[in-house]
Amino acid sequence: MALNRRTLLAAAATIAATAGLPRFARAQATGPFTLPPLPYATNVFEPNIDAKTMEIHHDRHHQAYVTNLNNAVKDYPNVAAMPLQEILAKLNEMPEAIRTTVRNNAGGHANHSMFWEVMGPNGGEPEGELFAAITRDLGGVDTLKSRFNDAGLKVFGSGWVMVSVTPDGKLTLETRPNQDTPIMEGKRVLFGNDVWEHAYYLTYQNRRADYLKAWWNVVNWNKIGERYAAAKAGTLAI
Amino acid sequence: MSFTLPPLPYSHDALAPYMSRETLEYHHDKHHQAYVDTGNKLLAGSPFEGQSLEQVVTGSYGKNAPLFNNAGQHYNHLHFWKWMKPGGGGTKLPGDLQKKITDDLGSFDKMKEEFVQAGVGQFGSGWAWLAVKDGKIVVMKTPNGENPLVHGAKPILGCDVWEHSYYIDYRNRRADYIKAFLDHLVNWEYVEEMYKAASGHKAAA
Repeated sequence: MALNRRTLLAAAATIAATAGLPRFARAQATGPFTLPPLPYATNVFEPNIDAKTMEIHHDRHHQAYVTNLNNAVKDYPNVAAMPLQEILAKLNEMPEAIRTTVRNNAGGHANHSMFWEVMGPNGGEPEGELFAAITRDLGGVDTLKSRFNDAGLKVFGSGWVMVSVTPDGKLTLETRPNQDTPIMEGKRVLFGNDVWEHAYYLTYQNRRADYLKAWWNVVNWNKIGERYAAAKAGTLAI
Repeated sequence: MSFTLPPLPYSHDALAPYMSRETLEYHHDKHHQAYVDTGNKLLAGSPFEGQSLEQVVTGSYGKNAPLFNNAGQHYNHLHFWKWMKPGGGGTKLPGDLQKKITDDLGSFDKMKEEFVQAGVGQFGSGWAWLAVKDGKIVVMKTPNGENPLVHGAKPILGCDVWEHSYYIDYRNRRADYIKAFLDHLVNWEYVEEMYKAASGHKAAA
């Protein structure tokens, strides 16, 4: 099993190197969970997020969550067959031997999959129903940004600052430690920012507040608008 | 008594290449300084004002999270700088330490293996430790600003595994950082000093 995976990875790496395929090709692995490719180039958020950070964050950190999750579920076919959001919502039902590993790595996989999606170049501004909901529930876009930044700064150690959304469209500011997510309580995450030091250390070092502020420059509000509509339609998975 | 940041006991570039000047500048001058400054603000006017650092750490645990976080990190970092030295590490331990580690943890190599595993297995921010608990040396891990003091043990060696400790030099390779810490940086004389204090008289907190 391990040999097969190693062989596949080596083959993928060789193909990527020789055929000049995109970077993420080498990250394809066996197992039910896979690393989604970045939907943009790693340098697209310079200078707000540097290319090296994007590369390591996606290709190493996120890949490690995916690999560890696949390894954890490989002897548990019923868990391996479950959608990610269901695993997270049913952590208490996970076999005890893999529960903590699943919590950390399924959480890491879900959070980062969301994270890449809610960022993007030319992301626009909040509009329509999303804009109305932010105004109604979070005091408007400027207030949301300032409360979100404060909350992100107050997370001690590794974690996330997020906005969760209910099926009827209500928004709530949330923070979670490490790779926990409101999905673990059956909620849905509209968007969130990673405040683990690995998300910002190469550019911002100890200045998390500066990172939180700059992050708004790379937010993809158009995509978040789509996620908001999906949450209300009951089709938002992660 | 308020918290103060002591200077590093060596120059900022003394631990290179295992820990760079840049890492020590941020880690000591910025991160540790911030724990001291924030800790002092939270300490002022609190019931813990005037207590020893150890008393603040153990007393605020579970009662005042912001103060505990900063006091804990101040304590952890005060020792962390002294737990390292240029030309540290190696395999020759002073005094009784070699025998005690072999007796309690199997061998020096087994201790190293377990210590690295503790650091790698600490998910998110935290610390890996050697501590004295019930007269024995044990390997521990704790999240964020916690340390063995709040778990009924006395720390004798700690390795900071917050990403800010190693991200500039090692990126995501935490295991490589902890191995380099053990092989090239640990000041075993200071570990022995803390071991003696922890296993001797209670007054040496």
